[in-house]
Amino acid sequence: MDRLKMRERQADSSAESSRDGPLVIGDRRFTSRLIVGTGKYRDNESMVQAIRASGAEMVTVAVRRVDLDQSNEESILHHLDPGEFFLLPNTAGCYSAQDAIRYARLGRAAGLNEWVKLEVIGDEKTLLPDVQGTLEAARILVGEGFKVMAYTNDDLITALRLEDVGCVSIMPLASPIGSGLGLINPYYIREIKSRLSTPVIVDAGVGTASDACVTMEQGVDGVLMNTAIAAAEDPVAMATAMKLAVRAGRLAYLSGRMPSKEVAVPSSPRHGMLD
Amino acid sequence: MIPTPRSEATDADGTIRLMVNGQPRTVTTGLTVTGLIESLDLTPALIVVEKNLEILNREKYDTTVLTEGDRLELVHFVGGG
Repeated sequence: MDRLKMRERQADSSAESSRDGPLVIGDRRFTSRLIVGTGKYRDNESMVQAIRASGAEMVTVAVRRVDLDQSNEESILHHLDPGEFFLLPNTAGCYSAQDAIRYARLGRAAGLNEWVKLEVIGDEKTLLPDVQGTLEAARILVGEGFKVMAYTNDDLITALRLEDVGCVSIMPLASPIGSGLGLINPYYIREIKSRLSTPVIVDAGVGTASDACVTMEQGVDGVLMNTAIAAAEDPVAMATAMKLAVRAGRLAYLSGRMPSKEVAVPSSPRHGMLD
Repeated sequence: MIPTPRSEATDADGTIRLMVNGQPRTVTTGLTVTGLIESLDLTPALIVVEKNLEILNREKYDTTVLTEGDRLELVHFVGGG
């Protein structure tokens, strides 16, 4: 039994390592293709446990005012060691290029790195990105030496322009932030992936493991999620499911799936049947 | 540090008024940014200070004396996606 398990495990990892390389974004290499957020967890302990279980190396954080009325409010750096995780400051909640630039600069001033997950939101109800504001902010931040990972629509033209501006990763949404609706437009995502040379990370909208898997099967370079793990009843178990789903989807993509057809084809020989 | 000119009115009782994270706050004249951070029980290494819309270099916390009407934002990293 143990020997069988060991053989399975070896087969798993060798199939993955022979087919896949690291995820390279800018000048950094990552083994995991899953990037996770740190928001909405019940408590810091389950957040850290879930992030470890997800296997993610890159982890997003937000920049906010210190709450001066709450004397015991802690920075997330009390719980996440920047030596263990690559922390990616975001500009979540910003509704203009100007605000996003301000938040990005504050994030960089914290002294961890010069990376930013750029979000410029255009609408409160859907949290869909303001692509014009995103492009404007991306251009300025790239000029200031930021490594910009840009959250955007599943729109090819914007993705191409963000690439032209010099973003290190383009991050189209699967569906609206926090919606859990899954991958709404696989065709657009495939089109973006096929036309860009910059890594494409699908950001936002994943609800459960199958969503993550289907997204990775489109051939994208990675997936970023937060709520799907944080809002699960058991975030640690869901984080494990997401880790496996991202790996499964990636490996399925690299394996070259069979063509789908609308007719049945038997798997067992037709000949040799008894009279 | 170059001494900052202050008006008689604000200096009379030895205090100045600031806006810190959107809230008015009265502090002792001559207080530095480090002094403010310590009085709020915060760890300087974990926060970023923006003073009048400009990010303040950490090395300047000790030598930057706050002046009447300064608008400060003290920010840090929190959970987010």
